[in-house]
Amino acid sequence: MDFSNLSAATLIRDAAYILVAFLFITGLKRMSSPATARGGILWAGLGMVIATLVTYLGAEPNLNLALVIGATVVGGGLAWVSGKRVAMTDMPQMIALYNGMGGGAAAAIAAVELYRGEERGLAFGALAVLGALIGAVSLSGSCVAFGKLQGLIKKSFRFSGQQVLNLLILGVAVILGLLIATGYNTSALFVSVFFVLALVLGVTMTLPIGGADMPVVISLYNALTGLAVAFEGYVLQNAAMIIAGMVVGSAGTLLTQLMAKAMNRSLGNVLFSGFGEASSAATGPVSGAQKPIEAGDAGVMMAYAQKMIVVPGYGMAVGQAQHKVWELAQLLQNRGVTVKFAIHPVAGRMPGHMNVLLAEAGVPYDLISDLEEINAEFETADVALIIGANDVVNPVARNDKSSPIYGMPILDADKAKNVIVIKRGQGQGFSGIENALFYLDNTRMLYGEAQGAVNQLIQAVKAAD
Amino acid sequence: MNGVIAIYIFMLAGFTGYEVISRVPVILHTPLMSGSNFVHGVVLVGAMMALFQAQGLLELVIGTVGVALAAGNAVGGYVVTERMLEMFKSSGKGQRGGHR
Repeated sequence: MDFSNLSAATLIRDAAYILVAFLFITGLKRMSSPATARGGILWAGLGMVIATLVTYLGAEPNLNLALVIGATVVGGGLAWVSGKRVAMTDMPQMIALYNGMGGGAAAAIAAVELYRGEERGLAFGALAVLGALIGAVSLSGSCVAFGKLQGLIKKSFRFSGQQVLNLLILGVAVILGLLIATGYNTSALFVSVFFVLALVLGVTMTLPIGGADMPVVISLYNALTGLAVAFEGYVLQNAAMIIAGMVVGSAGTLLTQLMAKAMNRSLGNVLFSGFGEASSAATGPVSGAQKPIEAGDAGVMMAYAQKMIVVPGYGMAVGQAQHKVWELAQLLQNRGVTVKFAIHPVAGRMPGHMNVLLAEAGVPYDLISDLEEINAEFETADVALIIGANDVVNPVARNDKSSPIYGMPILDADKAKNVIVIKRGQGQGFSGIENALFYLDNTRMLYGEAQGAVNQLIQAVKAAD
Repeated sequence: MNGVIAIYIFMLAGFTGYEVISRVPVILHTPLMSGSNFVHGVVLVGAMMALFQAQGLLELVIGTVGVALAAGNAVGGYVVTERMLEMFKSSGKGQRGGHR
């Protein structure tokens, strides 16, 4: 490093980075338990502040320093405003965006080092190139994921031979990377083509993946960015970056696996095969008809129930209905009805998405149950209220082997005595699969946008006396 | 940093990440993904180092973009994680106790 003549600064910096690594790991550890989670982000935040401040040590007052401060203020300022303003429902795509920025930063570090073209050994070159490839894929891939969740990109672009094309791009990028890493050719042209290919690969990899799979993809890119940061940490000989990046890399990989498992799909399946394309045609139309119900009748049914289980889904998030849902639940509780919330691991657009929204509305978390805890209880429930959830309560996952979601763990809402489904229309779920639950004899459909429908239910319950 | 030591650091940090996450309840998956997203915002340190050493227009431009992106990752990651976890504080406590 250039700062090697400033030994005191180097010593303080090295000591500080050890403290930073400790703060990050402790912070993440605390974030994995509800009781300490809020303190966890403060620990990690303190680590980030220390890491940033000590990096300024020994910096000379020149153009570079001005650019560092300027870029930090602009980038950080924009992120601060957008992060404060974003609605809870749009959180997943915002995380995708911030994650992509991290990947882009890792790629930028590699770009600065690679364009310089210094010969610094194979390990240096290989990790710089690998971090650049992963970081660039994470940047462009996360942007596509953002576009899809934000509704900017509506179609899943698919054509035959797509995987071959992706492999081809990856292959050429790897070969170019090898030539750069070994120092065979480090010309600016080579490096530029390498980066363009990596960015294109992120786009072509992500475009064919359906919106329902985006949580898994975002989690995967989060893990990948961690790896890219760790690799660039080696390039810059910075232990804090290696440790933080690697911890996120492995934690993110585990989280990705947990999500894919909850959807009963392997990671390869998510990345390389379309969801519900040919398969939805294979599953024939379900016999019977959907039976509608008026909000007034549904409200009376709930008012005189012993026990009701609420199953929220993405529709609740879109309708911003979580506050109204909690109002309805409190109203029923005051009448002596036992109300519980059942959360499927992949309800919404991210695992835990529904928990965050219900927490926002003030629902205490001991009323909220996981799939394993609650499934046996549906048989004792008088009413199961499904709000904008679809595939996660589809019984074909249990009994139709031809269905693409066969084998996915679902909430057994169909076993409740009565099922009321709040839904905008008669369309299919995100996977495009017909939902057999909607056609059952004990199911009634309450058509309408989530917030409005729940509001009608509240009025109906109030009027029930 | 010598290569073998670096490999040890990579390996041990990898195990640490796995262990820290392995017993996390579903309720915290999204905040935790967001939190880990914030932690790799430490890339800001690297981007700053790269820009401090940058020479010539191309390196300066790329370095500046890198620092801006990294700052966005760190600050944005912190803000959204903090907002999500803020809600967990209010739930459970402060609610009427007699809901069971």
